[in-house]
Amino acid sequence: MTALLNATGLAKTYALPRTAFQPARLLQAVAGVDLALAAGGTLGLVGESGCGKSTLARLLLRLVPASAGRIVFQGQDITTMPEAQLRPLRRRLQLVHQNPGAALDPRLTVAQAVAEPLIIQSLAKGAALRDRVAALLAEVGLGAEFLPRFPHELSGGQKQRVCIARALAPEPALLVLDEPTSALDVSVQAQMLDVLADLRERRGLAYLFISHNLAVVRQVCAEVAVMYLGRIVEQGSAAQVFGAPRHPYTRALLASVPRLGGSVPPGDGQVAAPGDGQVAAPGEPPNPAAPPPGCPFHPRCGMAVPACRSGAPPALVDGLACPVSGAG
Amino acid sequence: MSPGSDGRSADTRGELNRPRETLLAITDYRLAFDSFDGTAQVLDGVSLQLAAGETLGIVGETGCGKSVLARSLLRLNPAPPARVVSGSIQFEGTDILTLSEREMRRLRGRRIAMVFQDPVSYLNPLLAIGPQMTDALRGQHAAAREAQPSRAEARARAAALLASVGLAEPERLLASHPHQLSGGMRQRVLIAMALAGNPALLVADEPTTALDVTVQAQVLALIAGLVRDRGLALLLISHDLGVIAASCARVAVMYAGTIVEEAATATLLRGPRHPYAQGLLAAVPDLDRPDHRPRGIAGSIPNLLRPPPGCRFHPRCALATERCRVEKPLLRQVAPGHNVACHHA
Repeated sequence: MTALLNATGLAKTYALPRTAFQPARLLQAVAGVDLALAAGGTLGLVGESGCGKSTLARLLLRLVPASAGRIVFQGQDITTMPEAQLRPLRRRLQLVHQNPGAALDPRLTVAQAVAEPLIIQSLAKGAALRDRVAALLAEVGLGAEFLPRFPHELSGGQKQRVCIARALAPEPALLVLDEPTSALDVSVQAQMLDVLADLRERRGLAYLFISHNLAVVRQVCAEVAVMYLGRIVEQGSAAQVFGAPRHPYTRALLASVPRLGGSVPPGDGQVAAPGDGQVAAPGEPPNPAAPPPGCPFHPRCGMAVPACRSGAPPALVDGLACPVSGAG
Repeated sequence: MSPGSDGRSADTRGELNRPRETLLAITDYRLAFDSFDGTAQVLDGVSLQLAAGETLGIVGETGCGKSVLARSLLRLNPAPPARVVSGSIQFEGTDILTLSEREMRRLRGRRIAMVFQDPVSYLNPLLAIGPQMTDALRGQHAAAREAQPSRAEARARAAALLASVGLAEPERLLASHPHQLSGGMRQRVLIAMALAGNPALLVADEPTTALDVTVQAQVLALIAGLVRDRGLALLLISHDLGVIAASCARVAVMYAGTIVEEAATATLLRGPRHPYAQGLLAAVPDLDRPDHRPRGIAGSIPNLLRPPPGCRFHPRCALATERCRVEKPLLRQVAPGHNVACHHA
């Protein structure tokens, strides 16, 4: 299968402003990321705050220019493509944000919000436009009674449905979903996951699904990439990454998720201590503006050997950026 | 790292966690919020009991009233708009709803302490950690009309408290400003401040929601260690059943201002009886069971300005009958220690 989206060596470096206390510094938000997503595929991007997953999404959407690397979308190199040439391709690459309240213009009705991309891309007008908007809303499970409503009259789940309908309007091949259910309650999240599953089945959409919620990613994605401090540290099928994690960071992440099954307190009146003083990964992710030398995870890693503490960060080989864990 | 790892905890664990005398008893507590649009019945007859050293989780979705209930224990809901309609909140034998504001200040932060979801909004960004902690310590003594410790004594206490929540180099931390600390460190600082008054009850409102999952695991381990080692009672508010399962022996499920089910955590997770609790559990994606497809709950939460009559869940409930539409189900025991508010349970 040919790749719908292919990124190689993608990097983004931000220059931090010089302050009275610090000289100018560089912040490597994304460093040397390779990604491929097939048409109709689902790739989950997981990692903790500040790991660069949202920056990576913005790079792939050409919302920020890359510092290095190459992005090929539907066979065309879009890395430095001029905006005018890129615009027709933007139809095929759409984004859904985490916070649907902030993503919708409070002064536009639902009908206007969903019609806007169709008008901008000159895809429909008049009666055809009205029909398209109604059909798009129906696809995300919203009836015609929602057309004249304003965002403040909608619940969080309904707003997110409108955002998805709006993203679907120009008929994308790829939806980038950046924490699409994080602001929602679980009962609403479950409905949203159903909507996403239906859409993918019906339209053959590809998803790049960014989330810190591993259980949700496991529901949605066939492939998973784990990011830490701007780099992919492990990548593979969801069954492999979640079922047999190889990188110590992936293992720590999975071990940190509070479970409904395993960690139930043993009996009435007894308290279970998660990990009981034993914590999967001590400390917190380091400052991306001052990453540790060697493997970025080594200060928190129980398996670290002297070689991990110096030199270049380990490269992703066979879906794993850890020579220590890979060797044994 | 965790203070629970020093070994002394293991032997005292069982004893400390056996339920003892009742510490907190909420009885038929009703709270309304008055607004221009009318009166929202935010808490509708909540009853709960917590023994010393016991851990209780309160789970529910946005707007179910769990945070309002937590803040009620410290009388932090601003009145107006909040108005107590009826009920009592007995803490160590005193109804805190009848206390004067001065008497309340002696309890607040001392016998009952609270930590919140967003640690950064509870720290003053302009002050170093040291002065914030010593001010709080000295203020507590002032509220109780006791002799205040000197600044040096208060600072030494603060350093000891920081060390007790697993923070290294407490002296350096006291000189740091909040922006220099990570999210996990800030939450530890707030937990240390909560411990300052040697509380009997810790109320934690979504204490790990703003944290990353690896840091969440550390903070949950810290709280579990404190409960164990200090015999603290814990009331943990969370939207995340996993967090409650990891921290609390008992759990109460709230919906639209009422408690619909209460049981030992393991019992509830294995066999929820209330249709809402069942729905909530079925909606949670489980990392260990990728084949289990989460199911949503149809409909949406009611507007509390005009709550549905009878059972507040009936418009969304598949089991609803005429009785559910007119008669509010009361919490009743279906098995020892297992209470459900449903006509059909």
